[in-house]
Amino acid sequence: MLLIHCPYCGERPEIEFRHKGEAHIVRPENPAVSSDIEWTEFLYFRHNPKGPHAERWYHTHGCGRFFNAQRDTGTDRFLKTYRTDETP
Amino acid sequence: MRFNFWNLAKQSLTGHTGWPEQWRDPEPKSAYDVVIIGAGGHGLATAYYLAKEHGIRNVAVMEKGWLGGGNTGRNTTIIRSNYLWEESEAIYEHAMVLWETLSQELNYNVMYSPRGVMMLAHNEQDVRIFKRHVHANRLAGIDNEWLSAEQAKDFCPPLNISPNARYPILGAALQRRGGVARHDAVAWGYARAADRMGVDIIQNCAVTGIHRDHNGVVTGVETTRGEIKTSRLGIAAAGHTSVIMAMAGLHMPLESFPLQALVSEPIKPVLPCVVMSNTTHAYISQSDKGELVIGAGTDQYNSYSQTGSLHITTRTLDAICELFPITRRLRMLRNWGGIVDVTPDRSPIIGLTPAEGLFVNCGWGTGGFKATPGSGHVFAATIAHNQPHPIAAPFSLHRFRTGRLIDEAAAAAVSH
Repeated sequence: MLLIHCPYCGERPEIEFRHKGEAHIVRPENPAVSSDIEWTEFLYFRHNPKGPHAERWYHTHGCGRFFNAQRDTGTDRFLKTYRTDETP
Repeated sequence: MRFNFWNLAKQSLTGHTGWPEQWRDPEPKSAYDVVIIGAGGHGLATAYYLAKEHGIRNVAVMEKGWLGGGNTGRNTTIIRSNYLWEESEAIYEHAMVLWETLSQELNYNVMYSPRGVMMLAHNEQDVRIFKRHVHANRLAGIDNEWLSAEQAKDFCPPLNISPNARYPILGAALQRRGGVARHDAVAWGYARAADRMGVDIIQNCAVTGIHRDHNGVVTGVETTRGEIKTSRLGIAAAGHTSVIMAMAGLHMPLESFPLQALVSEPIKPVLPCVVMSNTTHAYISQSDKGELVIGAGTDQYNSYSQTGSLHITTRTLDAICELFPITRRLRMLRNWGGIVDVTPDRSPIIGLTPAEGLFVNCGWGTGGFKATPGSGHVFAATIAHNQPHPIAAPFSLHRFRTGRLIDEAAAAAVSH
């Protein structure tokens, strides 16, 4: 089980959290004019790297807030966690 | 040397010292007609059908570890074809038909055992969806039948059908032709048969780069044992597909998650069939050695570490103990994880890519083993003709752009 440092609550066990996918995916400004390729990228395509991965976590059974993390997917070690209004 | 009664008798008399190696360990050549990345079941089956059905024998299968050492050797070996959508029924049933004669085809005992796969319904929603599956399957000519809780217990006596259970059993869908096979033997059988037709299986050789010319056409791969030229490259790298595709500069609609399994200490035969409980993410069968083989759900986070969290397996074992109270004092022998590549619609991706000469077979997620023969068969045809096999066509990468997704709720071990 991962130990996750919530920027608001401190270190807590993984079962308090929900993983919410890749972070920093920006919805196209105006979907009506974005191309099919851009829209498909936004909806479905993910980086899925082996190594540092930017991801969102949600502290379901805690503060109930979203935050971001950088985690190495090769070792599962967290490199850092940060609030959504902070830059990595 | 073929495996048959005559050779077995002959070897018995000479102390089994005359059996030759089952496949060669060749040095990679500088060029091949086709290179496959990943010597698991899918990659080896692809090479086998390329050689056998399409006459393309100048083929290399690249493997960074040892053959069959990835998800092929880590899964819980369940085989079934009772999927919901017509596209899925077509490909999984195609595989099922090949499974039925695979041992004879490969001259290798893959221990295919159609002992029945029973999927338990624990709530009204399960009952509705499984009955819908039963009807859809029967319309497609695939066997699947609905059992009441009592009929389920008749078929699998250790099952606890008490209405007081944490997840009571309201009924079950049974595919009698479903079952299990020996996972390692599938890889070994395909490897041996492909090797005999001239396919080079190159183990302990990782691909580190993919070469494309100025038009984007694939020209070869860079490996830890030098460069290999090829004009057709097939990827069958399961959990690592995103990493390999990134070498060609391509992005994929995939995420990789750990999926865990366990085996218990061996006991006498108690489980006559495979039992799946998708609602509790508990999947169980008994191997011929007597171990209970138990599959769990995926972890929630992306990972390549081949280990998962303990609370996932604990939850699965809670469910197993509840479903089969006789297992409560059983000890677990081993626990391991594999990395599965999951697509947004839980269906695989098979076909051409935006790079000419580059083909991909991935996204099998939590259920790729059962498809091994069918997947290899249609992927080989796709590579040989440079166009999708009719069964593979709906599973193109393009479907994410057109929106014709194959949203497969029959996939196990993942949340929907």
